[in-house]
Amino acid sequence: MTESAQMTRIGLMGLICLILVTFAALAHDSGFAIQMWIAAIAAAVYIVYLARRFPQGSQTDDSTYLDSVVKAGMIATVFWGLAGFLVGVVIALQLAFPVLNFDLPWTNFGRLRPLHTSAVIFAFGGNALIATSFYVVQRTCRARLAFGNLAWFVFWGYQLFIVLAATGYLLGITQAREYAEPEWYVDLWITVVWVAYLLVFLGTLWKRKEPHIYVANWFYLSFIVTIAMLHVVNNLAVPVSFLSVKSYSLFSGVQDALTQWWYGHNAVGFFLTAGFLGMMYYFVPKRADRPVYSYRLSIVHFWSLIFLYIWAGPHHLHYTALPDWAQTLGMIFSIMLWMPSWGGMINGLMTLSGAWDKLRTDPVLRMMVISVAFYGMSTFEGPMMSIKAVNSLSHYTDWTIGHVHSGALGWVGMISMGCVYHLVPRLWGRKELYSLRLVNWHFWLATLGIVVYAASMWVAGIMQGLMWREYDDQGFLVYSFAETVAAMHPYYVIRALGGVLYLTGGLIMAYNLIRTVRGDTRQEVPMGAFAAA
Amino acid sequence: MTYDSLRHFADSWGLLILFVIFLLIVVFVFRPGSTKLYRRMSRLPLEDDKKEKD
Repeated sequence: MTESAQMTRIGLMGLICLILVTFAALAHDSGFAIQMWIAAIAAAVYIVYLARRFPQGSQTDDSTYLDSVVKAGMIATVFWGLAGFLVGVVIALQLAFPVLNFDLPWTNFGRLRPLHTSAVIFAFGGNALIATSFYVVQRTCRARLAFGNLAWFVFWGYQLFIVLAATGYLLGITQAREYAEPEWYVDLWITVVWVAYLLVFLGTLWKRKEPHIYVANWFYLSFIVTIAMLHVVNNLAVPVSFLSVKSYSLFSGVQDALTQWWYGHNAVGFFLTAGFLGMMYYFVPKRADRPVYSYRLSIVHFWSLIFLYIWAGPHHLHYTALPDWAQTLGMIFSIMLWMPSWGGMINGLMTLSGAWDKLRTDPVLRMMVISVAFYGMSTFEGPMMSIKAVNSLSHYTDWTIGHVHSGALGWVGMISMGCVYHLVPRLWGRKELYSLRLVNWHFWLATLGIVVYAASMWVAGIMQGLMWREYDDQGFLVYSFAETVAAMHPYYVIRALGGVLYLTGGLIMAYNLIRTVRGDTRQEVPMGAFAAA
Repeated sequence: MTYDSLRHFADSWGLLILFVIFLLIVVFVFRPGSTKLYRRMSRLPLEDDKKEKD
């Protein structure tokens, strides 16, 4: 970059910083002021960064892949993952022991719960998706990421989104839409970042040297495009003032409910499923060193998933004011989703044919495989729960929470952490991980954690549902709500224990990766071998 | 266009059009000559290391 271009950029950033400080000064509420100060500080840090590089600017070698941003993504994935798991354990304990809310507004369950969901879905999962998509698209297109350092803007812009969202929740700023809690100004910011992400991805596909677009990129692209569409529609809102946090949705009543669950369920379908299937279709063959079992099936998998998923949202609104036909439609499409989901699972698992023995010696591959198994399990359970008769028992109970976590901890978490284990030694130029034995520990702690979590929530949820619908011979409800809560207490404690196991696995991962980056190798008996007597 | 007409279009022609598009895609996936391409593509992740530039 020329000196004058650098000067212009610094000047522009200075202007933005000033505008943000002005917003902070004129803000109608303290929440908006704090959020604008955070954004202004981010801009100021960027100005300092630019100024320190002046006048050489940043030198990049365009002949290689842009992997530094993937590295940063790995660090962010592990960091936010641990933060998200930790908050999850805290709120699980709060449910079991309410005294842990500490009677403070900032630490009560209502504020920490969106902090947990956003941290694991958007911060942990989102960073894993962005980083792996950048890695995969470059390899499978044999092209460097498009538009220079725009990928870095995507990375840092996304981190700023996370920080604004997270601090906002703690301050009590929320538009109270499931998985879309950030208010209007954060929504606008993430839209800008997301469009940049789409441009980088499309631009890289555009200049690819491989004639065919590999199927993993189709999944990643559908994730980016659909999330953009869902986000914009779901967050159509009118701010009370451009200097305050509060906004009102364009929708109301049952239309609003349907819009929220059209968004909410497709966030599951395209963020937590399609994106991570992109990971599966690249990293499972890579790690197993086997070709995709059926590439043709992967394309049928893709299109059937795309055609079906978008209609499944109404199953979140069974027995509500939503028209009956729409509820039935949501149920039917959810059930039809069994086919692509299981087709995809079989395709992922069968990719190991001829390489099953690797499961004995490679816990990273084992992690990826169990994630695909959990994908199969939770995509069986989900459609089953969407059947109205089943839903009448399961809805509003903790069974739903268990279901979500078998998908989130099992599928999303395990495939992401498997990919991180695969990528970190490669990106940092290390021959291997510090310790495969520690990966094995992580694998078993996490798996056990998920099983404990899901099983305790099955019992708690079904018990809760049955207690709610228990009538006596006079037609009166047998149990009060408080009695169901008391009955679930032991299961809440067990669930928190499952979370602790999962978090412990995550801490072991962080230690293992730090030692890997430092270039250490642990002296240990190789996996699959026995220690000498 | 009223809500009612839109809703009836969606569960008749709309449904049919989307279903036909889906079927055409599936037929296209099974077109003659696709097997060779797909066999090569299924190995793509395994071969990218050879040309890795970093």
